[in-house]
Amino acid sequence: MDDPTVSSTAAPPLTGARKMPLRRAGSGAVGDRVFAALAYAAGMLVLVLLGGIILSLLIGGLPAFRAFGPHFLVDANWDPVQQQYGAAVPIYGTLITSVLALLIAVPLAFGIAFWLTELAPAWLRRPVGTAVELLAAVPSIIYGMWGFFMIVPFMSSYVQPFVIDGLADVPVLSDLFQGPPFGTGIATAALILAVMVIPFIAATMRDVFQTVPAVFKESAYGVGCTTWEVMRSIVIPYTRVSVMGGIMLGLGRALGETMAVTFVIGNTNRISPSLFGPGNTIASLVALEFPESPAGSLKLASLLALGFILFVISFIVLAISRLLLRPRAGA
Amino acid sequence: MSSTMNETSARMPEVDAAVADRARISIRNLDFFYGSNRALKSIFLDLPEGKVTGMIGPSGCGKSTLLRVLNRMYDLYPGQRATGEVLLDGENVIAPGIDLNQLRSRIGMVFQKPTPFPMSIYENISFGVKLHERLSKSAMDERVEWSLTRAALWDEVKDRLNTSAGGLSGGQQQRLCIARTIAVRPEVILLDEPTSALDPISTLKIEELIDELKRDFTIVIVTHNMQQAARIADQVAFFYLGEMVEVGAAAQMFTAPSERRTQEYITGRFG
Amino acid sequence: MSASTVNPVGSRGPARDPRVAAMLSRRRQRRNMVAAGLCMAATTVGLALLALILATLLWLGAGGVHWSVFAHSTRPPGSGGGLLNAIVGSLIQTGLGTVIGTPIGLLVGTYLSEYAGNSRLGGAVRFVSDVLLSAPSILIGLFVYAVLVNPFNGFSGIAGSVALAVIVIPIVVRTTEDMLRLIPVSLREAAVALGAPKWKSIVFVCYRAALDGIATGVLLAIARVAGETAPLLFTSLGNLNWSTSLTQPMASLPVTIYQYAGSAFDDWVQLAWVGALLITFGVLALNILARVVLRPRV
Repeated sequence: MDDPTVSSTAAPPLTGARKMPLRRAGSGAVGDRVFAALAYAAGMLVLVLLGGIILSLLIGGLPAFRAFGPHFLVDANWDPVQQQYGAAVPIYGTLITSVLALLIAVPLAFGIAFWLTELAPAWLRRPVGTAVELLAAVPSIIYGMWGFFMIVPFMSSYVQPFVIDGLADVPVLSDLFQGPPFGTGIATAALILAVMVIPFIAATMRDVFQTVPAVFKESAYGVGCTTWEVMRSIVIPYTRVSVMGGIMLGLGRALGETMAVTFVIGNTNRISPSLFGPGNTIASLVALEFPESPAGSLKLASLLALGFILFVISFIVLAISRLLLRPRAGA
Repeated sequence: MSSTMNETSARMPEVDAAVADRARISIRNLDFFYGSNRALKSIFLDLPEGKVTGMIGPSGCGKSTLLRVLNRMYDLYPGQRATGEVLLDGENVIAPGIDLNQLRSRIGMVFQKPTPFPMSIYENISFGVKLHERLSKSAMDERVEWSLTRAALWDEVKDRLNTSAGGLSGGQQQRLCIARTIAVRPEVILLDEPTSALDPISTLKIEELIDELKRDFTIVIVTHNMQQAARIADQVAFFYLGEMVEVGAAAQMFTAPSERRTQEYITGRFG
Repeated sequence: MSASTVNPVGSRGPARDPRVAAMLSRRRQRRNMVAAGLCMAATTVGLALLALILATLLWLGAGGVHWSVFAHSTRPPGSGGGLLNAIVGSLIQTGLGTVIGTPIGLLVGTYLSEYAGNSRLGGAVRFVSDVLLSAPSILIGLFVYAVLVNPFNGFSGIAGSVALAVIVIPIVVRTTEDMLRLIPVSLREAAVALGAPKWKSIVFVCYRAALDGIATGVLLAIARVAGETAPLLFTSLGNLNWSTSLTQPMASLPVTIYQYAGSAFDDWVQLAWVGALLITFGVLALNILARVVLRPRV
């Protein structure tokens, strides 16, 4: 290190620019202003996009809202011949399929998340976790196709006849599960939706469970708790709010899912008391009816109005989910 | 000194005693606030050209804060402000209207932890140079070699200039950061506890380097390590609770400080 | 544990009844076993579903993979068409959507991480971006239909690309912001200390440091939009003929799968399975690639 030549290395000559007076706005100021403006504009564009989505759906749906008034929300008719359109059937279908899907998905997702965080051997966590995430990456049209060609026949040959016969004498349940076993319908759609949202909820729950400080869990194990007791009395209370957020996120996904439902919902515009009966969701109705809705028609306006309603519902659900998951913005 | 340089186009190894005592930076009645909290209280201090000024004092006494006032690093954070004067060539650098990028090209800074950029060794050096100068490829090559040589790193990295700087050891990374700083050819170099994250051998290399660099640069170093201050500083300033208690020649500060608080700190009574 | 010896009441408190303790312990262990077993079962179900879907695709799709799939465009049933126009259309729209959406998402993420701070405006942008991230894609399709298709009197490849770009943006925003926030303050300060203006320290230092993470986000965004169907139904519509014109309706794999899978012709259904196989394995490959890129380098 004590190389005497080091100190004698010639310094490059000083250029005139170096002695530029300090008091001069310049170097980089323009670039800074341009870049900041670009970033700001992009940020505002996001707000404009949301506003654009709301406005375009609202304006597009305005003729329908005007023609049918508030009655649109509760009218169960969808009659292109009479030009009479109501939103009750698809709203009902959207809500019932999503809620049923959550009933199936939440326990399974919880089990997966619990297994991944507390029970799985370390070497299995990553591959299994990745596999679950891959399940979320499969395009929804694939779920639709798979449901249509695999689950529908399975439901109609094995599940539905058995359930319908088995419950025929039970009051209430016999009404919920009745009708011809087509395989398609509300229950099948809910099943496919459940498969689709399981990975979303499971991944969120896993991430949330991992935020529990190790000290809490260790002190519970320290007094002799079993893994399940630690989960029930430490992890779940600690993460309750975020777990709800994860479930709401799954609900938001289920509400707006289009392709998977379109294949298996049965596409019928009436409310069937049976869960095995066919129906429609907002998204599936829009996807299926759009090709036969010429621009400017009242039908198209009704579809856009339905889109607006779907937007309002999912916006509320997603907003709640986000508030539960990320309570402190920017923290 | 800079005028001498323009004539000879090489830095002079010997420092003229008369020039050396000239203050490169003069701090006059400086106050600094984090929000409403006054972190520096009317500081007066001259940083002589071509000398090493060491700043010592217990944690939170304001020495790092002072360093970050000199190159206005505090401007990054809202709610922090300074009042008073910090004169560089007679210009108050904490006044509004100062071109900060220009200022920082004249007052360089090296941080506590090595901060190599996520790029190659060569690009780490050329990044800073390109901000302020347009150089041909060969001139840039020369500059990179010059700065790495001055930072005593050239021999270790000359065969892998295009590999990632992240692959260097901690000590090498810190010397790279010093090379990166001097490549811009500032007049003043601020070092904020540059060796606190390094092992003793790397620390020794950096100290030798600082001793070597002070011929050409005015150096200010914040350190927790009093032996280090005693080894490399010409002038030492002692800070306590936001005040500058005492400043003087290193030899005198460590043998016969005039203030009791300095005495107590140096002898390990507190801090 | 001295479960079998009865402790005298003394400094350690009253003794516990060993039989009760043993009974409780057995019950608690049993409960733990049941819970663990159920969770294991749930995970098995999840993995089985993935395996089942992939197996179905391979079983029904792999048999139809033939050079003619990549050599011919879609043709009427029974005349041996392929998927070339759909594959190319998907590549064009996904590519263009990514190219449009990525820089915007990058800038929004930069705005949130570097400029917005804790301002309410920044909070609003972050909130809206998060909502868009999970918003039903069919609504994005309807939106683009309303602003780009309806007024200009026609479905087009560019409209499809814009719809996909709108989906890309929030994904890139999220990863960009998260990655930029991970960059240590010291690195920014080091760049600024050299006299770099803020934008240069962001573009040349921070982006570089966050490159892996941002690349991951972009890959995931590509994977996501490559399989999107609903937004394309209302924008690029689909096209049974060969066309690469951005102002004309454009075919895409997902929409073609949708049209063919629901058809009554065996060869179309077979092609739909081939398309499904291609798109799924393509998307999963992108996902795995993204995870490899993101894998933290120690």
